[in-house]
Amino acid sequence: MKRIFPILLILFLLATACSPTPAAPANPNLILATTTSTQDSGLLDVLIPLFEAESGYTVQTVAVGSGQAMKMGEEGNADVLLVHAPKSEVEFMANGFGKDRALVMHNDFIIVGPAADPAGIKGKPVVDALKAISAGSAEFVSRGDDSGTHKAELNLWKKAEYDPKSAAPAWYLESGQGMGATLTIASEKGAYTMTDRATYLANKDNLQLEIFVEGDNALLNVYHVITVSPEKWDTANYDGALAFLNFMIAPATQEVIGKFGVDNYGQPLFYPDADKTDAELGL
Amino acid sequence: MLFDSEIFQITALSLQVSALATLLSLVIGLPFGTWLALGRFRGRDVILSIVNTGMALPPVVVGLVVAMSLWRSGPLGDWKLIYTPWAIVIAQVVIASPVVTGLTAAALAALDPRLSQQLLGLGASRPQMIWRLWREARLPLLAALMAGFGSVISEVGASMMVGGNIRGQTRVLTTAIVLETSKGEFESALALSALLLVITYLINLALTWIQQRGRRKVE
Repeated sequence: MKRIFPILLILFLLATACSPTPAAPANPNLILATTTSTQDSGLLDVLIPLFEAESGYTVQTVAVGSGQAMKMGEEGNADVLLVHAPKSEVEFMANGFGKDRALVMHNDFIIVGPAADPAGIKGKPVVDALKAISAGSAEFVSRGDDSGTHKAELNLWKKAEYDPKSAAPAWYLESGQGMGATLTIASEKGAYTMTDRATYLANKDNLQLEIFVEGDNALLNVYHVITVSPEKWDTANYDGALAFLNFMIAPATQEVIGKFGVDNYGQPLFYPDADKTDAELGL
Repeated sequence: MLFDSEIFQITALSLQVSALATLLSLVIGLPFGTWLALGRFRGRDVILSIVNTGMALPPVVVGLVVAMSLWRSGPLGDWKLIYTPWAIVIAQVVIASPVVTGLTAAALAALDPRLSQQLLGLGASRPQMIWRLWREARLPLLAALMAGFGSVISEVGASMMVGGNIRGQTRVLTTAIVLETSKGEFESALALSALLLVITYLINLALTWIQQRGRRKVE
């Protein structure tokens, strides 16, 4: 089983190598603004070289929070976005900043915490788990940085009918940092936190944290690719952005995404979704 | 967006932490730098070059080492200081002490070497002699203090790592700027940057004023 991924990769590379070299694009520089999760998990290190070889574009990847990524798109500082904050994305499209938007993949969030599980949330549905945490028997570390993960977390608190922002209880900490740093803080403090599975698996060995809540439909973390509207910004490299969008939803790429991480973690980190609709994922 | 009271709290914490760290660096750096400037012993050049290298210590490297020491799994984990303002103070002292030490040594080395011999010849005790030398070099010594403060109020890497940038607890101006930038709130980030610059300027203005007043007295 472990051998399948490299073989697929080689086949893919051969296939792309055999196809006629594409004519060099007029503007070969493409700026991709994406989230730290895709970068930190190593997925982009696999996908970007494939895209560059296939299309002739050179991709400059800027890995930031979803909030900053979309701001970059709004201000014309990026050509294409790969983000996971569906509500903000819909707004982004409605305001005319984006031209095309396509569903790419999802991974899922999990709630992790210290082995003793002081709030007793193991195996509970996510809403009940958050309610139990809000009793205050242990700390909870939030990203607090307007990232896609942070927005998803606040959404879940809303479902649990609790508003940690305005209640500002002592057990609710905001790290204002990326997922890796936030996991470290949670581990050191013996606190709970919500994380994407990929970052948790990648850092698991250094953390004293266990998974307590997973598999709930409300915990899906859905990624879309968005091209920045050339009508808003004529400096945007729209041809390149569209080529990247089409690459991300192409069947061969989707297969690479689905196999990514199986070698190292025994389970995929992302699930390809290009053939699905938003509604099927509960958006 | 940030609330006014939150900005006040962040600014106050920045000033408290950096002022305390600068003070502690002075307590360490002034005697150590004096010893390096006046001492005649083997290995002095080696120590001086290490101190001078320390003046360029990257804050992130300091942050990493201090964080690993203070983590629960680290050698100083029992102190339970990680992600507290004290952790930031410790990291900043490590950053600023070499700056104060190195500049103190340079300031005293720049004095006329006959001065210390003269003072001793006139019957001054060694502490009295050192006190005179410090007074004599007080202008460059104040510059050392300013450089030390400047190196800690402006650093972000170490504060982020050992403090954790936790809202209401360890968030300081520089880490707040990084956070606002990562949120895409560039206006807030710029406003905080301006605040940081104004505060740094006012403190340096005050120190420069003291320094120049001292100069007029010397003249």
